[in-house]
Amino acid sequence: MRRYEMICVGAGPAGLAAAIEAAKHGVQVIIFDENERPGGQLFKQIHKFFGSREHRAMERGFNIGNSFLAEAKELGIEVSLNSVVLGFYENGALNVMIGDRIEQVKAQKTLIATGASENMIPFPGWTLPGVIGAGAAQTMANLHGIRPGNDILMVGSGNVGVIVSYQMMQAGSRIAAVIDAAPKIGGYAVHAAKIARVGVPFMMSHTIKKAHGKDRVEGATVIRVDDSWNPIPGTEKSFEVDTICIAVGLNPMTQLLRMAGCKTAFVPVLGGRLPVHDENQETSVKGIYVAGDASGIEEASTAVIEGRIAGLAIAHSLGYLDDVSYRQQLEKQFASMKGLRSGSHGEQRGKAKEYLNAVMKGTMDAL
Amino acid sequence: MPSDSSKTGFLTEAELKDSPGVPSEARRKKGPVAAIECMEDIPCNPCESSCNYDAIIVGEDITNLPHLYEDNCVACQTCIYICPGQAIFMIDESLPDGRATVMMPYEYRPLPEKEDIVTALDRGGRELGDAKVVRVRQTKKMDQTATVTIEVPQEWSMQARAIRIKSS
Repeated sequence: MRRYEMICVGAGPAGLAAAIEAAKHGVQVIIFDENERPGGQLFKQIHKFFGSREHRAMERGFNIGNSFLAEAKELGIEVSLNSVVLGFYENGALNVMIGDRIEQVKAQKTLIATGASENMIPFPGWTLPGVIGAGAAQTMANLHGIRPGNDILMVGSGNVGVIVSYQMMQAGSRIAAVIDAAPKIGGYAVHAAKIARVGVPFMMSHTIKKAHGKDRVEGATVIRVDDSWNPIPGTEKSFEVDTICIAVGLNPMTQLLRMAGCKTAFVPVLGGRLPVHDENQETSVKGIYVAGDASGIEEASTAVIEGRIAGLAIAHSLGYLDDVSYRQQLEKQFASMKGLRSGSHGEQRGKAKEYLNAVMKGTMDAL
Repeated sequence: MPSDSSKTGFLTEAELKDSPGVPSEARRKKGPVAAIECMEDIPCNPCESSCNYDAIIVGEDITNLPHLYEDNCVACQTCIYICPGQAIFMIDESLPDGRATVMMPYEYRPLPEKEDIVTALDRGGRELGDAKVVRVRQTKKMDQTATVTIEVPQEWSMQARAIRIKSS
């Protein structure tokens, strides 16, 4: 069994930030990631980020990813790719499948930064080729330079839906409409405005009824829903599209944490059932930390800060960082986070995070 | 957030009347000035940190709306390509003969060329009519966000916010 001081599962923004922060202070770190490339979703993010300078606003996601990788390399962090962590065992060991062999590894501290998976909605015709997730659309267009379709119906008006719509137009696709069962646009107003001004119609209070086509998507029918989200017969509208792109939210990937016995709570605003954790990102199982979307769906910028907090906490608990400088650096990260968890979009998430912290402390009950 | 734009995706001129980022008509007549169409409390302040003239102030709480101090704006254009929301434009109503120019961020390719006649679109993507491209600018510092300036009749200056390139 190979032993490390710190194992990080997931080489996305949270995992990379944590590993970098910990390694900076001397912790020996290995990162496992199931993908063939590191960076998580960062390399699909071709748009400029929000926030302030300390959150690397104005920079495009893939550039942030590149600088993380360069920093990790400089610090000598080992990144093991094509490495699927299969399970968490009672003795704290992890089984990881690297290529075609399985190894057992163990660390004093383990960070789970596995991110999230996309939600799907079933509807007649949803198995036809041409019905794709927004993440797949980004992978095709932004990583591989392949336009996923010429005429796209976007289902979901959250930030993923509106940003991916914009990116698909940059790739040369037409967006027939952005629909959402909710009565209001979920994403940032400026992202919505960007596509509205080039003629993309938003259809709020609409859901998809069916996809048409024999061997692949040839069209889609949408239908208006009432205040209780029930379809209103007679309000159907059809589009000729070759692609239906689904962007209806994300679900935290918490399987490993649950396997490890981490206590969870149900927090819909953060994407579902989540591990409770303290303000240093440590879960109810000592030595196991969580950061990024696996601890609640937020942004890449918040994932980075959570990662840094976990990295600092791990470095401190392993004795690489004294109490005073730990506290100082932690406060800086908390202040930076506060800015991102305010405003009408961020405040709710901030409150939900406080709730997770309170359940961890035992001052509130888990739902 | 007014209910209109939360369903359609774009701000109306009435909604923008309350914006602290929109310059006065008097200022627009004096020469080019930034027009900030950001009316949601999202955590973001690159407009402020990139402005060297104290013309845009967000403040310590980065979810505050950006305030334009129109007399400080020297029309340096930085905020136009910096804004991750592409919500800042530059308006110049000082041109003679009832003309005006609108500069906008542009991230589609191919870029239009100077002298091209394009279709000017309003915030909702509705066609206003033909407009001439008078300037296209892209430098390394702009990080792939070009700026395109079109000349329009003055009555469109606070409406035209996008272009459509005519298919040849």
